[in-house]
Order: sequence, then structure tokens, then C-alpha cells
Amino acid sequence: MVLQYFQSNSESISNGICIVLSLISVKLYTSFDFNCPCLPQYNKMYAMGVMFVPPVILFLLGVLVNRHTGVLMEEYVRPLGNRTKNPAVIKFLLSSMMQRALLAPMVWILMTLLDGKCFICAFSMNVDPKYFTGIPNSTGLELLKIMAKVPCKEDIIFKNTSFRKAVSRYVRCYSQAIGWSILLIFIFLGAVGRVMKPCFNHATFLQTRYWSNYLDIEQKLFDETCVLHARDFARKCVLQFFENMREDVTVRMPLSRAFRPQTLQNDFGEKEEERLHGITRQDQVDHLLQMWYECKPELDVTKTAYKPKVCITFEDHTGKSLFSEV
Amino acid sequence: IVTTLFCYRFIYIKKKNTKHTNMDKFRMMAQILQSNQESFMNGICGIMALASAQLYTSFEFNCPCIPEYNYSYGISMLVIPPIWFFLLGFVLNNNVSMLAEEWKRPMGERRKDPSVLRYMCVSISQRSLIAPAVWISVTLMDGKSFLCAYSMDLDLVAFGRNGSAHGLSQEELLRTLAKIPCKHIYDGHHIMSREAAARYIRCISQGFGWLFLLIITIVAFLIRAIRPCFSQAAFLKTKYWSHYVDTERKMFDETCTEHAKSFARVCIKQYFEDISGEIQSVHDHSRDDSDDEDENSEDEDKLLGVRRQETMNKVLWDWHTCKPALSLRKSGDVGQNDEDVSQNGCVNAGLDISPSDMDKKHDDDQMGFMANVCQNGCTSVCNGQKKVWAVHQTKV
Repeated sequence: MVLQYFQSNSESISNGICIVLSLISVKLYTSFDFNCPCLPQYNKMYAMGVMFVPPVILFLLGVLVNRHTGVLMEEYVRPLGNRTKNPAVIKFLLSSMMQRALLAPMVWILMTLLDGKCFICAFSMNVDPKYFTGIPNSTGLELLKIMAKVPCKEDIIFKNTSFRKAVSRYVRCYSQAIGWSILLIFIFLGAVGRVMKPCFNHATFLQTRYWSNYLDIEQKLFDETCVLHARDFARKCVLQFFENMREDVTVRMPLSRAFRPQTLQNDFGEKEEERLHGITRQDQVDHLLQMWYECKPELDVTKTAYKPKVCITFEDHTGKSLFSEV
Repeated sequence: IVTTLFCYRFIYIKKKNTKHTNMDKFRMMAQILQSNQESFMNGICGIMALASAQLYTSFEFNCPCIPEYNYSYGISMLVIPPIWFFLLGFVLNNNVSMLAEEWKRPMGERRKDPSVLRYMCVSISQRSLIAPAVWISVTLMDGKSFLCAYSMDLDLVAFGRNGSAHGLSQEELLRTLAKIPCKHIYDGHHIMSREAAARYIRCISQGFGWLFLLIITIVAFLIRAIRPCFSQAAFLKTKYWSHYVDTERKMFDETCTEHAKSFARVCIKQYFEDISGEIQSVHDHSRDDSDDEDENSEDEDKLLGVRRQETMNKVLWDWHTCKPALSLRKSGDVGQNDEDVSQNGCVNAGLDISPSDMDKKHDDDQMGFMANVCQNGCTSVCNGQKKVWAVHQTKV
């Protein structure tokens, strides 16, 4: 039942996928072997690359695996058909998709900032060494090159001093401060947004949320109906093929129900005819699928929901009505 | 009479209720069907990706550290396992045989749709490409294969080392550089720090790795997110028909299995009858023995009129060489087939049951017969506009 609940609620599925992607991003960061080149011309490039390229990848992945992307693109691109397009719904879908897709990149960026390795790699050359004691000046290398080697622990020039650790600590401090401030700003913005949202256009928001949910469910149901239809179509096609091959022409006279017990096949055959909805040829199926995209039906189910029903009245021989049945 | 009518009404309402739960059941079945096929393939995809990552971590990379072999070892470690995983993906995918069958079959009565073939091919390839992509990105992120392949191409000047201060010939320099990937046998510490070189090359390797991931993510994004802008209607069609081909194949196998069972059962019964010399007629059984009669008539039904080996062989042969057209006959559809109307038990085409006709016949048989007539498929000719539901309602 829990599975059914999650399956039926497509929002919670999207949230679940979003969280899974964030966990993947955490795992990816911890298993990634950060490898600062410790060369003046490449440090910054490497560090900024590690800090910003994976978030782009994670963002694109987040957009890809979200079901709403397909719904949004279809709704945006489809011809008008019998149904008008609601730009508010499209905007709502876009904003909800973006919000979910931005979570994993933010997690990555925050992890790099809080861990500090990227910052140390990128900005160790910008630190002014005169604030720190113990700089190794006996190697004959330029100052810049020495500072560029700070992120690399195993370099021998820092063996007997605490210079490297001091500079690393200093830069990491900055990195963590920036990380925590960004986190604080985002949480604050999120809280304010959540609190203030009902103050603006709540009724319109309810409407757009309903219709965006509706579009999602409609697409799912259409796919399901197509699957069931294909199955019944296939079954009938195969049976028909076998029947065409029969060598004896037996006259199949179905007896009335009173004489012959209902076999499973008969019952099933009845339901199958229903599920085929009269679509029994390849060109009919093609036409149906083409029209579904090009000329979407209008949002009005009055005709099917309230079908006129035949009412039969049973009268006795005098004309008096005995019994009515719909 | 009135009690009979009430009885029917009760049965009808009960049937209506079960009909709703049946709809739910069918919905769940459809969900499972659709999700099963896709999630099964995605599951295999995911397992292969994990297997490829695990294989890499458990594989002991062993750079030869010899100038002539470094490059080939490094690059082949990067390129050959992905090819292997790609082919393995094709092998494990059930849809490959379906694709080959659909491609190679003779036209028969059914046209071939090249867009369906293309769609199936593309979806199979997409799934098979995930494990190789995982291997390549893990290899590049780890950096060992790049280090092995390119350690000899290091430019010493960039590291601040004087070009000729070490006093070694070109060949010996190359041999020393080739030993960089091997920690324990490197002996050129005075020429170049091993860690610095390793770090530099790993850096480049990781850069390529991230670039590779970015490119494939952008390509996947363009394909999936931008695709609805182009030919969405055609896409719906190809998706439906490719799924249909798969379902049809499964249905055919199921029907053949059922047929084989019934064939075997009837064949054995006939054999026993021949040996014993007695013929057990089905129709001689008493009415109480309805179970047996059911079974026998079910078997006869399942045989679908195909009773001989040659006929069955023809069935199987023609299924491939002359596939039937995608056009179903409606059961009892008089216009489209040349069958005799009386074969299906329909009274006549212009069936027109008015309420006054209904109340004249009150006994079971007639009711059953009329109900059956309506039910048995003249649905398209009864009440042109109204669908099946209306006819079922007039049954009572």
C-alpha cells in the first residue's frame, strides 16, 4: 500500500528522485580523489573546474530524470488542438522542475566549500606569506611556486615547518565561512518564500497546481491505456491468425447461457472487446496517436460521465407498469 | 416473474460492482506490465554499470613501465573493456533478437516500418552504452591509465628542470620517464619528482574525465529534453508499435504453449481410445459431469481448429514468412467478412430490440437467447451511436 501511495503521487516520486540524486552527489564527492596539480598556472583552473563542472552535470541529470520535464516540453510544444494552453501551468511546471534540479548541484558546491580542498588549491597563491612564519626559502624557488605547492601534503619542501598547515587552515577557514553563509542565505530565502507564498495569488496557485497534476496523470493514463490496448490487439491478432489456419470449418454456434456454462474465454473476450474501444486496425491506431498530439481533446467529460441511459419499463398484459429498470 | 426479474437485477448490480474492481485490477496490471518491462531493462542496465565500477576497482592495474609497451597497455585498458561491456549489453538484452527478427522477416501481409526498427535499435544502444561510459569515466577519474600511457611525453621544461642538466641520452631519459607509473622501481628522483609528474598527469586525466561526463550528459539532455520539440506524434507511434511487436511475440509464444498442451492432451486421449478400442464420446456424459465436459470443450477451444502437424508447421512457418495484417475483424462483423451470418447465431443484421418486444418474452430461454444475441457481438449494428455499455444494460 505504501508503494501504491508513492506511485500514485508523482510529486513524492520526484522528491524521492531529487533526494537520491543529492545522495549520489555526496557519495561522488567523497569517493572522488581530489588531486591538486600544485603548479601556478593550473591550480585555479583545476579547482574551479572541480567546483563548477560537476554541478552542471548534476543539474542536467536532475532535469533529465524528472518526469515533469517530458510533460512540460509536450505541453509547451503541442499544437493548440481543441484545448487552450495555460501559460501559468507551464511556468509552474518549469519552476518546480528547476527547484528540484538545483538541489544536487547546491549540495555539491556546499560540500566543496565546507571541505575546503578546492579553495586551498585555488587560492593558496593569493595568501600573503608574511603573516606566517617558517616559509621555506632555502630551495631557491620563486614565492609563487612555493605558495602553489601548499595544497600538496607530500612535497618535501614543507617537511620541517608548520607553514603549510597554517596557510591551509587559514584558507579553509574562509572557505567554510563562505559555505555556511551561502547555506544560511538559502535556508532563509526558502523559509521566507514558504511563509509569504499564500499571501500572493493562492487561489490561482491552487488552480495551476491542480492542472499541472492533471496533465501528468493524463499522460500516464494514456500510456497505460496504450499498453493495455496493445496487449489486447496482440492477443486478438494472434488468435485470428490461428483461426485463419484452421482446416475444419466448424460452425461455432454459441448456445445460450442456460445450456452452456460460461467459459473463461467468453468472458475474457467480452472484456477484450471493451478494452479495444473499437480501434482494430493499424491505420486507426496511427490516426489515434497522431490526433492525440496534434489535436488534443477539450477538457469536457460531461458526455461520457452523464450518458443518457435507456430505461426499460416492464408492463403486464393490461398495460400497467410493473417494474422500471435503467 | 417479478422475483425472477429481481434476481436478474441483483446479479446485474453485483456484476457492475465487480466490473469496477476489475478495472482497478487491470490498471494495476497495466502498470506492472509497462513498468516491468522498462524497469527490468533499467535494472539490468544499473547492474551492469555497478559491475563495471566494481570490476575496475578489483582489477589490479599493472603498468609494464617499459617504453615500448606503456602506451598500448594504458590505452587498451581505457578502450577495450568498454567495447566488451557494450557487446555484453547487447547479449543480455532480450530485445535484440526481437529487433533482428523484425528486420529480417519477409514482408508478408504487414508492412515494415523503418522508424520502429530505428527506435528499437536506438533504445537498445542507449541502454548498452551506460556501462562502457561508467568504465571510461572511472578510469579517467582514477588516472592510472593516462599516467601509464603518457608519462613519457612529459615536458621537463615546464617543470622547471633544465633540458640537459641530467646528462642522460634521449633513450635513457625515456626509459626513466617510463618508470614513473611504478612507484617502487623509479630511480630518477634527481631528474624529476615522481609525485609532481604523477599529480600533473592525473590532473589532466581527471579534466578529461569530467569533460567526457559533461559531454555525454549534454547529449543525453538534448536527446531527451529537446526531443518533444520535433516529431512528437511520430514518436508516440513508433513507441506504441515497438511495444506492440514485443507484446505480440510474447502472446504468440503463450498461445503456442497453450496449444501444445491441449494438442498433447487430446493426442494422448485419442491414443488411449485407439488402443482400448472404445470411444468415449464427450456428449454421452451426463449433465452432472459438467467439469469434464468443460475441460474437454476447453481443450477443443484451445486447439483453435489446428489439429494436425502439417497445419501447425504451416502456422509456425507463416508466422515468420507471411505475418498477418494489423487489422482485426470484429466478432460478428457481417460487412467485413464473407462469413454466413447464421454462423455466429445472430438473428439478422438490423437488430432492433424495442421495449415492447422485450416484455413479451418472459421465460428464461428466450431471455437468455435474446441476451446472448445482443451480447454476441452485433454490437456494432445494434444502436449505431451507443456503445457496448448501453447494450449490456438492455440485457436485463
